[in-house]
Amino acid sequence: MSTQSIGIAAGLAQANDRFHAARRRQLMTLVVVVLVISVLPLLVKDVYLQNIMVLTLMYTALSQSWNILGGYCGQISLGHAIYFGIGAYTSTLLFTKFGVSPWFGMAAGGGIAALVALVLGYPFFRLKGHYFTIATIVVAEAALVLFLSWPYAGGALGIQLPAAADNWANLQFGRNKLPFIYTALALATITWLVTWKIEDSRWGYWWRAVKDNPEAAESLGVVIFNSKMAAAALSAFFVAVGGSFYAQFVAYIDPDSVLNFHFSLLFALPAVLGGIGTLWGPALGAIILIPLTEFTRSYAGGSGQGIDLIIYGALIMLIALWKPEGLIGFFVRQPKPLPASADEGAHS
Amino acid sequence: MTAAPILSVKNVTRRFGGLTANSDVSIDVPQGEILGLIGPNGAGKSTLFNIIAGAFPPSEGRIVLNGADITGLDAPARCAAGIARTFQVVKSFESMSVIENVMVGSFVRTASAAEARRKAAEVLEFVELDGRANALAGELTPPEKRRLEMARALATEPKLLLLDEVMTGLTPTEARKGVALIRRVRETGVTILMVEHVMEIVMPLVDRAVVLHLGKVLSEGTPRQVVADEAVINAYLGDRHRA
Repeated sequence: MSTQSIGIAAGLAQANDRFHAARRRQLMTLVVVVLVISVLPLLVKDVYLQNIMVLTLMYTALSQSWNILGGYCGQISLGHAIYFGIGAYTSTLLFTKFGVSPWFGMAAGGGIAALVALVLGYPFFRLKGHYFTIATIVVAEAALVLFLSWPYAGGALGIQLPAAADNWANLQFGRNKLPFIYTALALATITWLVTWKIEDSRWGYWWRAVKDNPEAAESLGVVIFNSKMAAAALSAFFVAVGGSFYAQFVAYIDPDSVLNFHFSLLFALPAVLGGIGTLWGPALGAIILIPLTEFTRSYAGGSGQGIDLIIYGALIMLIALWKPEGLIGFFVRQPKPLPASADEGAHS
Repeated sequence: MTAAPILSVKNVTRRFGGLTANSDVSIDVPQGEILGLIGPNGAGKSTLFNIIAGAFPPSEGRIVLNGADITGLDAPARCAAGIARTFQVVKSFESMSVIENVMVGSFVRTASAAEARRKAAEVLEFVELDGRANALAGELTPPEKRRLEMARALATEPKLLLLDEVMTGLTPTEARKGVALIRRVRETGVTILMVEHVMEIVMPLVDRAVVLHLGKVLSEGTPRQVVADEAVINAYLGDRHRA
């Protein structure tokens, strides 16, 4: 008996070691990936390709942020453009009206977006499934209309970022894309690290429990509403930071270029394509989706508008039919849950 | 009934529209007891069970845990107060591993993931599910899933454990293991209230049984007393025992 229980304890200790070794391997993989990406723009000097690199890294960060609420907590938002827009407008307005550094604007935009997420979450998290998703779409569209008719924020004309000195403090670099690549890389790395940290934290387990079975989660002391609110606030914060970054990158924003529904889709799709609720899913999805979008846009030109949307649709259909857990399934061997057994308590 | 009751159900009535599922039910569960809640289908066992677990409130009456009125607390708050439950139809977190399922329970007592993992491993060993710690919950067999529910509930360190038909669908061998497990849980000082259909299992296991019939307490006492009660025989065991 005692030898047997020692054996059991040793088995669990071994499983524990394997778990922590796997977590360390994830970190090592990140280091390698970041190093490779850091060297890449030094070799690829083409401005067009560098532009795609910035966007790919940016959407990696944004989709990673969306994944916190959509993937881990299972609340599918298709209105995250509202937080993107809040981030872009907050930093841009603070910069143009008050001369505040965009770095501070980023933090302020993130904070405001997190607050807005809580205010919206209060009624929205009483809605379930598709109704929640519809509500997020509607409110983001309302924000678009609101900004179109708000003269202080430039209305439909938008705001041109005034050319200040090219330096890190102003997050402006003229035609030089390199600093933007590294900033976007830093954003993607930070959101990855936050997700990595969350994966083995109380919130992380609570969110996944809420996604899998809310009733069981409640019986184990999980307050579902609070869990969703926390996920929404964190998710919104980082999407807004990405919005501020985007505003600095393109140096001109109007409602349609930061609040369009298109953005909400582009935050969700990489995660869905790569692997929803996984650590590497958003990055994997973005690396495929964003260059594809940019290439089709430039090759098809103005007459090819919407071709990228057709491609998204086709990709999503393929992934849903063929690899529902996302492309990450090709790299990580994940045992698939069996269909729920029919004989659970059915006969009594 | 020497020990003070850990749980008191006081005059609980629950109506669903025109249907009265529980009518003026009062039960005391002394500390350390295994109490069986039995009765024919539609007797109101599940309703009462869910009211105690906090899944929904009673229409009238009060629930008292350790002298404190907890009628107004929702399910998560009751878990924090020391009540854990299992579900009649198992509700696993299917995409999470077995140990992660149990960790969700541990987190009601600790914010540290390392501590939650340690506690979960300990509980998995206790319910003899440690060999499956890294399997996905969705891959478990139905009896293993029942054990997992038990482990998850125990990880919340309950004072009172509510078991909803945990023996349903188990083979006799598995059921015997289940009975042994429930006894071991009680030995750790946890009070147990179990709803059960399978009389052959309940009667030898419980210290006391409460028989519900048509939403009311029909009889209450030791298994021997309850089985001998004329009213119980008529209402519940009648057909089988007279045939």
